[in-house]
Amino acid sequence: MEGVDRPLETRELNVSMGPQHPSTHGVLRLVLELDGETVVKCTPYVGYLHRGVEKLAEGMTYLQALPLTDRLDYISSMSNNVGYCLAVERLFGIEAPDRAKFIRTMVCEMTRISSHIIWIATHALDLGAMTVFLYSFREREWLLDLFEKLCGARLTVSYPRIGGVRNDVSQEFLDSLYEFTEQFPEKIEEYETLIDQNRIWLGRTKGIGVISAEEAINWGLSGPVLRGSGVDYDVRKRFPYDAYDRVEFDVPIGKNGDVYDRYRCRMEELRQSNRIIRQCIERMPRGPVMAPDAAKFTLPPKERVLADMESLIHHFVLITKGPMAAPEGEMYVATEVPKGELGFYIVSDGTGKPYRMRVRAPSFVHASLLPRLCEGSLVADVVANIGTIDIVLGECDR
Amino acid sequence: MEPLEIAERIRERFPEEVVAVSEFRGQVSVTIRKGRVVEICRWLHDEPELRFDFLKDLCGVDYLGRKPVRFEVVYTLYSMRHRHMIRLKAEVGEDDPSIDSVVPVWIGAGWHERECYDMYGIVFNGHPDLRRILMPEDWEGHPLRKDYPEKGPEREWQGFREVLDKAEKLKEFSWKE
Repeated sequence: MEGVDRPLETRELNVSMGPQHPSTHGVLRLVLELDGETVVKCTPYVGYLHRGVEKLAEGMTYLQALPLTDRLDYISSMSNNVGYCLAVERLFGIEAPDRAKFIRTMVCEMTRISSHIIWIATHALDLGAMTVFLYSFREREWLLDLFEKLCGARLTVSYPRIGGVRNDVSQEFLDSLYEFTEQFPEKIEEYETLIDQNRIWLGRTKGIGVISAEEAINWGLSGPVLRGSGVDYDVRKRFPYDAYDRVEFDVPIGKNGDVYDRYRCRMEELRQSNRIIRQCIERMPRGPVMAPDAAKFTLPPKERVLADMESLIHHFVLITKGPMAAPEGEMYVATEVPKGELGFYIVSDGTGKPYRMRVRAPSFVHASLLPRLCEGSLVADVVANIGTIDIVLGECDR
Repeated sequence: MEPLEIAERIRERFPEEVVAVSEFRGQVSVTIRKGRVVEICRWLHDEPELRFDFLKDLCGVDYLGRKPVRFEVVYTLYSMRHRHMIRLKAEVGEDDPSIDSVVPVWIGAGWHERECYDMYGIVFNGHPDLRRILMPEDWEGHPLRKDYPEKGPEREWQGFREVLDKAEKLKEFSWKE
């Protein structure tokens, strides 16, 4: 036998992972340079889902740009809408009425639950625990049905409006949501029983993708990815918007900054969101759901447009020119969406269209962290690292 | 610290660099010249009373025909410890669209700067890996510039042509009765 004594030759291998790969959660492409099982270099390529939302918004009125924000992070569209509406409201200097604030807070937390459910489902699936996926989509379906009951759409809701929300919530809706909150804590325990003490799960998540608190801040991370490293930063607490200053909730914080701690943070957030929803339902005040001066910014009801001249003119002006009362100025407003801090930086030149609308997408920042997490780790952990930062490429690429 | 106080501190420390300070509904923007931007950012990051350790956002804005200096690079800064915020805007002229990179101060600025380069054509000197990020590498023009047509360029992107040609070729494998 010839060549048996020759030492084994190894060489670095380039692997292109994605854009179509089940565990990249969308169209993310990673080019991995491998030395055996170890990742030497990781280069992410994004932009496959770039639709030019920022450019499109510059040509639209403030009202027209709202549905664009649904399509950023399409699994938590409600929070995106609220973030956009808040930014425009602050720019115009108006405020939503109390009832609308509570409704928004409630639906934002519903979105957080449905988004975290998708995250735990796919993350566990990536790491080899399939049952969680089947269990958690049951609850997500329930929430989506509730969204449908609320506004007629399940995913791209466009329910919040500048100055309030589109329609009031019915008592029937609140009752069924309350029933959901009564049952949901048990369901969280159900997911946890499946993986929390699972040796494979612990082995795949503990000590993987560690990032320290200082480094996490320097990278500009936000949301559970930052809190998993032990930084107490939550936009809902630091810059309270809507009704977040009138409900009680805790901000779960991790310690080690690894995949497991981020998992624990998100699971705890599910419980806190559940708690916020309950409080919102219990404390929901009565009253209008649109700001009194919102007529300047939002379309009048259809039946009035067809019956009364004023409203018709109003409708026409809003559609063709956009809100006339826009001041000149610039505004950066951040909200805490399930993925992290979503910021809208709007520059207004006094016309009905935004001069510049910048979307500070948490997924974009988190995706840039991937080389830092993956380089030096095993190739199997790349999947865990993609899952733990919870990115949605629609938001990353905008 | 109040945002206007922070702006005063910046003006005190770098009197020649600050062009203007403006306030709108409680948010303060400090417009600066681009020359010493890294030095200013480093100082904002390290000064114990300011400690702007968190770069919330970095983006470009094109003021074509509205302001004497065409581009602005906008830094939204926040301090985790002191919980205050400030917006820094560096003016970048059209004839030399370049500015120093702040990646040495906040490493998270890397992708934001790449995006800004991609969308506005502003070159960030000293950036470790300045490539296009959202648009294809061989794309012509910078989409978020105000003189870039919203419907896209006149000439179709070469890559799109190639995809169509490939699809045409693959038709021979399609199902035949």
